[in-house]
Amino acid sequence: MIRASGLVKRYKEVTALDGLDLTVPEGKVLALLGPNGAGKTTAVKCLTTLIRPDAGTAEVAGVDVLTDPVGVRSRIGLSGQYAAVDEHLTAYENLVMIGRLYHLGKARAQERARELLEKSDLTEFADRPAKTYSGGQRRRLDLAGALVAEPPVLVLDEPTTGLDVRSRQQMWDVIRELVAGGSTLLLTTQYLEEADRLADNILVIDHGRAIAEGTADELKSRTGGERIEVVLADAADREAATRVLAEVAIDGIRVGDNGRELTAATGGSPTGDLLRVLQGFEREEVTVLDVGLRRPTLDDVFLALTGHAAEESPDSDSPATPDETKELAR
Amino acid sequence: MSNSTETLTRAISDGWVVAQRNVVKIKRVPDILVFVLISPIMFVLLFAYVFGGAIDVPGGVDYKEFLVPGIFAQTVVFGATFTGYGLADDMQKGIIDRFRSLPMSRSAVLVGRTTSDVIYNVISLVIMALTGLLVGWRIREGFVDAATGFLLLLVFAYAISWIMAWVGLLVPSVEVVNNASFIVIMPLTFVSNAFVPQSTFSGPLKVFVEWNPVSTVTQACRELFGNASPDMVLDSWAMQNPVVYSLLWSAAIVAVFAPLAVRQYRLSTSK
Repeated sequence: MIRASGLVKRYKEVTALDGLDLTVPEGKVLALLGPNGAGKTTAVKCLTTLIRPDAGTAEVAGVDVLTDPVGVRSRIGLSGQYAAVDEHLTAYENLVMIGRLYHLGKARAQERARELLEKSDLTEFADRPAKTYSGGQRRRLDLAGALVAEPPVLVLDEPTTGLDVRSRQQMWDVIRELVAGGSTLLLTTQYLEEADRLADNILVIDHGRAIAEGTADELKSRTGGERIEVVLADAADREAATRVLAEVAIDGIRVGDNGRELTAATGGSPTGDLLRVLQGFEREEVTVLDVGLRRPTLDDVFLALTGHAAEESPDSDSPATPDETKELAR
Repeated sequence: MSNSTETLTRAISDGWVVAQRNVVKIKRVPDILVFVLISPIMFVLLFAYVFGGAIDVPGGVDYKEFLVPGIFAQTVVFGATFTGYGLADDMQKGIIDRFRSLPMSRSAVLVGRTTSDVIYNVISLVIMALTGLLVGWRIREGFVDAATGFLLLLVFAYAISWIMAWVGLLVPSVEVVNNASFIVIMPLTFVSNAFVPQSTFSGPLKVFVEWNPVSTVTQACRELFGNASPDMVLDSWAMQNPVVYSLLWSAAIVAVFAPLAVRQYRLSTSK
């Protein structure tokens, strides 16, 4: 349904896309996952005909992006990073306008606008100018705009960036419903949890090229076994604890922001390793508040693949667990 | 339907949808309301009363009568900056990206913008004419002449709108549009016969004034409304044939800047 190969886009000094390939089969969801500046938005712009790639080919819903951009536009719905709605128009007026520009005809555009307002839970605000909406409401309106013409292919560029937790959950519900309806969806996100929850397949990109692809489980299994997580009672024990963990760790040991949370990937049998760690703590007289085993998250995956974390500065409302941090202690 | 007819029909029907969107905003956006309704009133009152008695017009024409057509011309030309402002604003807010992702006509956003600005100008002209009548301006020629005068103002403003559309897409922000257009529009409107008779200028400045299309639009309106001084000496061909000369300018501006603006629209994407 979406196929791109060898996409390259350069801006003066910066190479935004460096030979990106991607495929989204019909009815599937692909998440493009990467940090800010990885080239996600540039990829979206190339595929939605907003910019022309310098090299490479792409096809969306059977239509060539380079030779028939108008054909592509009539088959896609795009919802951008910042809600591109007219803030002085009401939700209803925004949707009717978009419907008419998709050439649905006035009556059909009005009918479709009402349907979508209902679905997006916006009916009660339908006659207020969009500037009075919350961030989440604007995003839902923007998403509704992408759905007006019931396009076979949907492209959502960071649909939940900057939203609070509740609005993000609502957005996810709406997107999941769409996917259940059989839409083909390309989604970009810098939130690992989002990719995990919504996508069939995840393409991890960094510096404009794909660095890994697979299902969330496949990606997780690449980064080795289980993690042992420890919360120390006292940060002063960190050195001793690190020494103990190093006996079982196959990679570095990550230390949380507060200096009391340590994470290590284990190579051997998880229970055996856990036991050794506990015995070590006993011997070194390290007091712990919490010890546990967990499966690797996509954060771990990203770190393992790129050597840096996915999110450069997690906000307080970031859905990624706040204790997943950047520091690497060896 | 042939391909080019279809393209044109699309441009007009899509353009109309965009124009309607802009017109709705007159009621909702205080900035636009001030721009379209209040500032024209202010211009007429300010110039009429501040400069009203200070300047002698040859031939004993009352200065207020002489002035009002000039204010019309100046206001509609200034009004064209709104085209650039509106487009730069859409660009900044990302709405242009949405439009560009829709299967709509490529020129529709610009056709819509310039069309809605004609509507803004019609409203401004009605308000200014009423204010003008209040301060003593009169139409002394027939209905057809007067209507021609207003039409000429709208046509000229429409042409300037295309220049501003191009500027609005070219520059990075709304603020830059305001400053950039100010640099062009201030001299164009003030170094003209809009506020003072061209006989008060001399040398190269006088030549500029006499060939400045803002002067000829003003002169044409004065003649068509019956506010021109019979004693005024018209040295240039432009001033002797102000309607034709102004229309030629308008056509030339659209012919150059409409394609430039459409091209810029296709190249632009949100910054």
